[in-house]
Amino acid sequence: MTTPLLSLRGLTKAYPGVVANDDVSLEIGPGEIHALLGENGAGKSTLVKMIYGLVKPDSGTMEFKGASFAPQDPRTARASGVGMVFQHFSLFDALTVAENIALGMENAPAMGQLAARIREVSQSYGLPLAPDRTVGDLSAGERQRVEIIRCLLQDPKLLIMDEPTSVLTPQEVAILFETLNKLQSEGTSILYISHKLEEIRTLCDSATILRLGKVVGTCVPAQTSARDMAEMMVGTALKTPQRSGTQVGEVILELDKLSLPPANDFGMPLRAISLNLRKGEVLGIGGVAGNGQDELLGALSGETTVGNGMITYKGQDLSSLGPNERRAIGLLSAPEERLGHAAAPDMSLVENAMLTGATREGLEKGGMLDWAAARKFADRIITAFDVRTPSAANAARSLSGGNLQKFVIGREVLQRPNVLVVNQPTWGVDASAAAAIRQALLDLAMGGAAVIVISQDLDELMEVSDRFAALNEGRLSPPRPAAGLTVDEIGLMMGGAHGLEAAHV
Amino acid sequence: MDLSAINPIILIAALISAATPILLAATGELVAERAGVLNLGVEGMMITGAVCGFIISVNTGSPALGFIMAAVGGAALSLLFAFLTQVALANQVASGLALTLFGLGISSLMGQNYVGIKPPRLPDVNFGPLADIPVLGPILFSHDPIVYVGLLILAGVWATLKYTRAGLVLRAVGENHDAAHALGYKVKRIRTLAIMFGGACAGMGGAYISLIRVPQWTEGMTAGVGWIALALVVFASWKPWRVLLGAYLFGGITQLQLNLQGAGVAIPVEYLAMSPYVVTIIVLVILSADKSRAPGSLGRIFHASQ
Repeated sequence: MTTPLLSLRGLTKAYPGVVANDDVSLEIGPGEIHALLGENGAGKSTLVKMIYGLVKPDSGTMEFKGASFAPQDPRTARASGVGMVFQHFSLFDALTVAENIALGMENAPAMGQLAARIREVSQSYGLPLAPDRTVGDLSAGERQRVEIIRCLLQDPKLLIMDEPTSVLTPQEVAILFETLNKLQSEGTSILYISHKLEEIRTLCDSATILRLGKVVGTCVPAQTSARDMAEMMVGTALKTPQRSGTQVGEVILELDKLSLPPANDFGMPLRAISLNLRKGEVLGIGGVAGNGQDELLGALSGETTVGNGMITYKGQDLSSLGPNERRAIGLLSAPEERLGHAAAPDMSLVENAMLTGATREGLEKGGMLDWAAARKFADRIITAFDVRTPSAANAARSLSGGNLQKFVIGREVLQRPNVLVVNQPTWGVDASAAAAIRQALLDLAMGGAAVIVISQDLDELMEVSDRFAALNEGRLSPPRPAAGLTVDEIGLMMGGAHGLEAAHV
Repeated sequence: MDLSAINPIILIAALISAATPILLAATGELVAERAGVLNLGVEGMMITGAVCGFIISVNTGSPALGFIMAAVGGAALSLLFAFLTQVALANQVASGLALTLFGLGISSLMGQNYVGIKPPRLPDVNFGPLADIPVLGPILFSHDPIVYVGLLILAGVWATLKYTRAGLVLRAVGENHDAAHALGYKVKRIRTLAIMFGGACAGMGGAYISLIRVPQWTEGMTAGVGWIALALVVFASWKPWRVLLGAYLFGGITQLQLNLQGAGVAIPVEYLAMSPYVVTIIVLVILSADKSRAPGSLGRIFHASQ
């Protein structure tokens, strides 16, 4: 290889109590797509933030285009030719596309010229985008295009992408990959972070794997199996969730033309969702975020009340029952957002266990709370689901995302539900913990309960589901047996590429 | 009852003057809130500006210098708020309330020896023959300079927010401070400057009351104008021209009800006195029914922890 575009030597960054990056070195050549792999908390984000000038390394050196490189802030990094597409937090909902892009540029031209350039660049890379639309109204895929075009307008030599495909449909992923390949052919290097190993195998030229802040290996993804890469990331052998023969029983939950108006301006209505859920089955519901997942969970859990006869559970009309009444008869749910929705962040795990467990676990007697029993229940969850926390008295906020997720799912699973509805059960959870959560859901189904898994992770849905359906614009596609579904068929069920066209390369 | 005693031209000219303190304070608060800072200390900064401007004017004989120092005084007090909320990361609501109480206290202390004094008067701007145009002359060209300064500040704020990069960055910081930080903008510095701008405007608005509207010093003389300004910003959906509309509406109805009282209309005085608040709120609530919403990060503490 010729002189690398970017080389990192011995980068170390420590935060109080944790070494985020320990002596990390890597090299990226010109026009190379380099993958950065690792579990949550392995230090990927810290590493790219150092390259982008958001975090300063404690020690170690960086070289960019053969010269020493130590960006003081993101502006210097951008000026040198480093662009970054963030996973979160970098768009302004109330501003227009053009304003968002202008904010990320050093010498933004006048708005009129900028709009013309946005149209031009977005067309030539097959990412159509209207400059005057408000970002709050865009879909996840379109938002990502805003970020990519913001970077492309500055002609970057190195593009950093942090989990770009987690919010896209398979068709949108294909378009993104064509764009990235086009960039690569023009000589742009890409540093690509993702959990999705199959994607990395098709896209990336080389990969560096991080574990607990250290480089534990490098590989050529095309020649390494996804399983081997996963095991390098985790450091142990992986267990694939197992299930033995499904016994599907009678219908336990019935939705009849469930409809719900949108809760606010940016909300999604539910449109005539009908389905039958049987005992012992796992129904997977896929779809890109924001297509009605939260609304559906709210309607099933009882947070939002719906019209008469829309939800029937064991022949009983549920429409007028709130969450606690539904819990009492065995319909439980675990929403997506861990901090603030599934758990109260500043309350201890014991208190959080009390919050949803009071009814079914008998933690409340005549209006008085039985804290000793709640503590036992919390400890039971912690043991059964391997939640890593110093004690059950710790605040929910102090747990890492993956550990808290294990806690909130475990809390519902251990309450012996007849029907369990979960949204994004393994979001941000590392591979081994995700496998444990999926196994718990499958075990629950084998015990005769019915499970609805709402998720954006298609691999997960294919692994656990008996039947699969997709939410798109608040409509649910008719459920189909999950076995034998192809990625193309799933993509079409999810609404295809939302009217996008592929890159004209 | 004699409604013919109410002269519409004098009424309009008077409402422009009556609305100026609210307009100034609300414009300053609008900038702070668009940057994501909820400063409930407007009343405190106004009264501090009122007393600073009064003291300087009386001692130097220059009302113009008085207004400048009123702006400086308001901005200085707002720095305390900036320190509490941007450096010490204190809660903005509590800090703002504390600032109001502190401002009311320190202004009474500073103004103890100035009660009952008459300040020097700021002469009206001389527009020459323009002031003699019938109707338009008395309405538009017969005011003191601060009325025009207030309008210029409002227009400047509107143009800056809408057309300049600085305005865009300020809105971005108010909309999503994490994203603005990730793009490399100095969230705390921008917010501190916005808070100081808000303090300076509030201070000038306060001095307008003590130097021109009343004109004398009494304790607590801003009498809730700062709170009206705060409410106005919210009901105006954080839009500058609606702030102007709201301020003029409020000033106009205040003047009108005074005139009606004078004309002896057979409505209890209490109803007339509450009418400006009721009408302003009703009109702005109807206007704010569109899709506009508060800046996304309004009132949230920013901590660059990631």
